[in-house]
Amino acid sequence: MDTCEKRRKILQVLQARARLTAEQIGDRLQLPAAEVAALIEAMEADGTLLGYRALVRPEAAGNGEVRAIIEVEVQPEREGGFDRVARAIARFDEVRDVYLVSGRYDLRLEVVGDSLQEVALFVASKLASIQGVKGTATYFLLKKYKEAGFVLEKGEEYERLKVSA
Amino acid sequence: MSGSKSPRERVAPHISCLPRSGIRDFFDIVSEMKDVISLGIGEPDFVTPWRMRESTIYALDHGHTGYTSNLGLTECRKACCEYVETYFGASYDPFKECIITVGVSEALDLALRALLSPGDEVIYHEPCYVSYAPTVRMAHAVPVPVVTREEDGFALRAEAVRRQLTPRTKALLLNYPNNPTGGDLTADDKAALARLAVENDLIVLTDEIYSELTYGERSPSIASLPGMHERTIFLHGFSKAFAMTGYRIGYACGPQDLIEAMMKIHQYTMLCACGFAQETAIEALRKGQKEMAAMRDEYEQRRNVIVKRLNELGLHCFMPKGAFYAFPRIAETGLTAKDFALTLLRRKKVAVVPGTAFGPCGEGYVRCAYATSMKDIETAMARIGEFLQEIRAGK
Ligand SMILES: Cc1ncc(COP(=O)(O)O)c(C=O)c1O
Repeated sequence: MDTCEKRRKILQVLQARARLTAEQIGDRLQLPAAEVAALIEAMEADGTLLGYRALVRPEAAGNGEVRAIIEVEVQPEREGGFDRVARAIARFDEVRDVYLVSGRYDLRLEVVGDSLQEVALFVASKLASIQGVKGTATYFLLKKYKEAGFVLEKGEEYERLKVSA
Repeated sequence: MSGSKSPRERVAPHISCLPRSGIRDFFDIVSEMKDVISLGIGEPDFVTPWRMRESTIYALDHGHTGYTSNLGLTECRKACCEYVETYFGASYDPFKECIITVGVSEALDLALRALLSPGDEVIYHEPCYVSYAPTVRMAHAVPVPVVTREEDGFALRAEAVRRQLTPRTKALLLNYPNNPTGGDLTADDKAALARLAVENDLIVLTDEIYSELTYGERSPSIASLPGMHERTIFLHGFSKAFAMTGYRIGYACGPQDLIEAMMKIHQYTMLCACGFAQETAIEALRKGQKEMAAMRDEYEQRRNVIVKRLNELGLHCFMPKGAFYAFPRIAETGLTAKDFALTLLRRKKVAVVPGTAFGPCGEGYVRCAYATSMKDIETAMARIGEFLQEIRAGK
């Protein structure tokens, strides 16, 4: 395995299970723990690894958080296209994700707030007033079925034979 | 009604003399117990990927519930032959050289029954899958095991086969990557066995059921080597790599006359393999590569962990090249494989399968399947650690 391959494999493991220790990752990939730790540190430093966060069942976090998907139509600019507006939007703490997308509108955001009013106010007073924003459409999220590959409702377990050939 | 035979006496001798599978013995004990962590399971812990299950549902929804042609759906045979050509480098005509079967189990049975006359001999390696010797016997032929050793990576050596050749030797049966050892054959091993088969005019049956689950370089199938097309029956299925054990679906590719002979048995005994399982198989072959690769990568990581742990515990363990089994040596504990497995099960509720279930030369080894969650693997290893300390302390 060259370094590139090692980094790729470590990232693959971390994307599925971020809480594994360097030693556990090393055991899985047949690499010394110290090497894994060093590679992770390097990837944290060079911005390859942006961060780690827990995926939590929404009601369990108990913070009454409200989330919305917002479509934003933007007037592109001669220099830089959508970049200036996208960066301006990304600065707000309320904004979790910002993507430039193909299709009917231009930017797709995910926004969080403590209440419907808070999110609505953010859209009206902050977002819509940014120069270059031509229009918005807000979709409040009502129920989550799957996030980042995890299905929220557990299906039933099917038990295999306990010993087989 | 005097002199009537007991039901037992009515059983045909070649069946009544078949031993009970060592796996069954264990199964009966384990099923009585609660909270057992089982490393004894020879099937994936993944459910069949949704992509495939969804295509089963589609087939059922559209009423595809009838018989198919005896050989199997044309599209399924085409998908199998394309796949074998792409990934195994052997080409077969889907119309004449391929048959869809009820698992590799049926494919193997068909091949043996089509080939063997009473008294013919079949050479194969031990340790091996539990069905090989009984399936040969049920075809009224003679199983001739050749011992494989850890020093050789459990590979079958051509010289060892040569010593067992007799005028009755008809076929050579191979399963690499291997259940239960995880051993594999190198390209050189395969070339030597192919040469031996050609020189001695043997048929080779190659059970490729674990081939996708090879960690690292995979050498070309023996079916693709020069002179082998006419003398190889290639057996494969979906149970392991595609996590489709319950679908009971597999296939065989080989020379037209042999497939034709197998088809005769199949048409009179099985009629055809399940149609919607065949449709699911098409989806697996043509679209299921990504899902399969994800499972394989996970098995590989588990292999690395379980083998490291076993060695750390002082149970010397060969690094398996494929399949999902670790085969650690337990001889140094002073226990037989069976006692090791039974005592471990009773004291620590961890199920492993004694190596002897796979042939007498499996003595001194146990099979630990790592087709189970990493969490269970870690817990099982901790319990085995405690167990070893107890026996080393003379308890
Ligand atoms: C080596 C080997 N061949 C064949 C089989 C049976 O496969 P199938 O489910 O396709 O009948 C198994 C199952 O454990 C196996 O290990």
